[in-house]
Amino acid sequence: MHKRTLLNAAALAVMALTASHSIAQDNTFKIGLILPMTGQQASTGRQVEAAARLYMAQNGDTVAGKKIQLIVKDDTTIPDVTKRLAQELVVNDKVNVLAGFGITPAAFATAPIATQSKTPMVVMAAATSSITQASPYVVRTSFTLAQASVAMGDWAPKNGIKKVVTLVSDYGPGLDAEKYFVERFLFNGGQVAESLRVPMRNPDFAPFLQKVRDLKPDALFVFVPSGAGAAVMKQFLERGMDKAGIKLIGTGDVTDDDQLNDMGDGALNVVTSHHYSTAHPSATNKKFVEAFQKANKGMRPNFMAVGGYDGMRVIYEALKATKGQGGGDALLAAMKGQIFESPRGPMFIDGQTRDVVQNIYLRKVQRQDGQLYNVEFDVIKDVKDPGKNK
Amino acid sequence: MLTILFDGVAYGMLLFILAVGLAVTMGLMNFINLAHGAFAMVGGYITVLLMQKWGVPFLLCLPLAFLGSALLGGVLERTLYRPLYHKPHLDQVLFSIGLTFMAVATADYFIGSSQQIVQLPEWLKGRTELGDGAWMLGMGHYRLFIIAVCAALTLGLQYVLTKTRFGSRLRASVDDQRVAAGLGINVNWVFLGTFAVGSGLAGLGGALGAEVLGLDPSFPLKFMIYFLIVVAVGGTSSITGPLLAALLLGIADVAGKYYIPKLGGFIVYSLMIAILIWRPQGLFVRKGGK
Repeated sequence: MHKRTLLNAAALAVMALTASHSIAQDNTFKIGLILPMTGQQASTGRQVEAAARLYMAQNGDTVAGKKIQLIVKDDTTIPDVTKRLAQELVVNDKVNVLAGFGITPAAFATAPIATQSKTPMVVMAAATSSITQASPYVVRTSFTLAQASVAMGDWAPKNGIKKVVTLVSDYGPGLDAEKYFVERFLFNGGQVAESLRVPMRNPDFAPFLQKVRDLKPDALFVFVPSGAGAAVMKQFLERGMDKAGIKLIGTGDVTDDDQLNDMGDGALNVVTSHHYSTAHPSATNKKFVEAFQKANKGMRPNFMAVGGYDGMRVIYEALKATKGQGGGDALLAAMKGQIFESPRGPMFIDGQTRDVVQNIYLRKVQRQDGQLYNVEFDVIKDVKDPGKNK
Repeated sequence: MLTILFDGVAYGMLLFILAVGLAVTMGLMNFINLAHGAFAMVGGYITVLLMQKWGVPFLLCLPLAFLGSALLGGVLERTLYRPLYHKPHLDQVLFSIGLTFMAVATADYFIGSSQQIVQLPEWLKGRTELGDGAWMLGMGHYRLFIIAVCAALTLGLQYVLTKTRFGSRLRASVDDQRVAAGLGINVNWVFLGTFAVGSGLAGLGGALGAEVLGLDPSFPLKFMIYFLIVVAVGGTSSITGPLLAALLLGIADVAGKYYIPKLGGFIVYSLMIAILIWRPQGLFVRKGGK
């Protein structure tokens, strides 16, 4: 008897819930944000989430009559988990947009789900060139390593660096960085003594760095994922590489703004190429950095944060353009071709490749107001991803 | 080349300190404690947090890391480990791996999962170079410090095990627990003491290794394999076995990554497989022991 009443009550409750659920759905616009909040790339997740929340706080949570609901999921930096979460978000939560994706394998694992469910997938962090080709529903607001590495391949030979060794993490973005840097560097008459690849889970760089030292190049070109730069920098200095006349160059991942201050003075004068620096001198960026630090106990926004911030903007603008009507395909169409002023400078979502076109800056680590910053000293305007020439 | 050897020895010494506690407790209590790395992580975090939050000098942090982990080890031995001594191995493995995952999640929740950065004192940061050419020996001061500390600890442990009364009780309990108990040795206390010291050593290893190995919540899982290799290859009945195994492992790892970077991490595992096929009981096992 009691059991029966309980069951009835439960059934009623479930019905009530689903009913309110379906009503709510008409007026909400759900963004499923999948990020590595724990695990190796946790710093990426923290930055992107903070930036996404900041964008919502600044721009309100109602767009075109729809209430924006941000559902954040932690994939623990494991691609299988990303895929499962994406499935759940699409099937159970019926999200309108998938977003986030801290590492390349996570983005690749999710791409087929975006294609099948016709859900736009905004990649805010992962930076391997070919991600946008994995599904016609992928739109990227971060950068590609090919973009950043090519700039370094142009700059280095002009500045007295003739012989380099490359050292990259052995996965998608690392291989991209190596490939495009080496190609461009050789094209410009440089010489590559050796290309080293380190396993992703290998914090002890000692043997690799010793090898570099014994090869005596002019510079060491490094790519490691965001968050691992500090370890490389420290061991580079500990091994006395700078004293042996070897410069450290790389994409901006190494001198990640989030960690730069902890690296100490050893990082001074390191030159990197990247699309965003916390010190980018523009009014938009000053405002962004100030608001971000205020909302996050002084944490500095890095390039991951700006990817998340602009990603939210792309979603908001697409929703506005479609007036809250229309499904995934309409949203996707409205995301393509957006041009706007980001904290990083001008950026453009290329309609054909759905990838970001942006300025790449050359920066040098310097001390300003007692803190270390990547200070920009040169710019290559409107760089398209060189990986899309096929 | 000498530099590679030097780095390998430093790495091996570190692995030895991290794993020796596991070897002893495994030999002593026949207990497979996969959570050993968690104690190392605790030591590492004690050091990092003390240095970052309260500015405690690095040298003072090391003994504190030892004491903290030892205390935790002692408490957990009494409360959690003891009831499992007579359970089957599968239960022990499941229990301790569960404990490891809990430790990982706890560290993640309270401290965050980013890599922790240790700022060493100036005098440990430099590097000394001797000779030149192929025979140049470059020694990072910190690695030199690691070797010195670990060597001192090894000698100390060896002395305690072979020359003191506690050592002979310990060896007796390892050889045959029941007879040792029958002779009036309080085996429970020996277990407790050994477990605490083993955990403490792991904590010290974690503190020393935070700079070289990196420190994040996945530490216990990342290095579990290495500990187990040290124990499997070195055997559990002496100190010298794990020591030599750890040195071999350290040197093989560093040299492998230097000379054949493409194979990187494979070398260690292939070496382990080869050794275990050749001598399934481990390289340095005493005849007649268990």
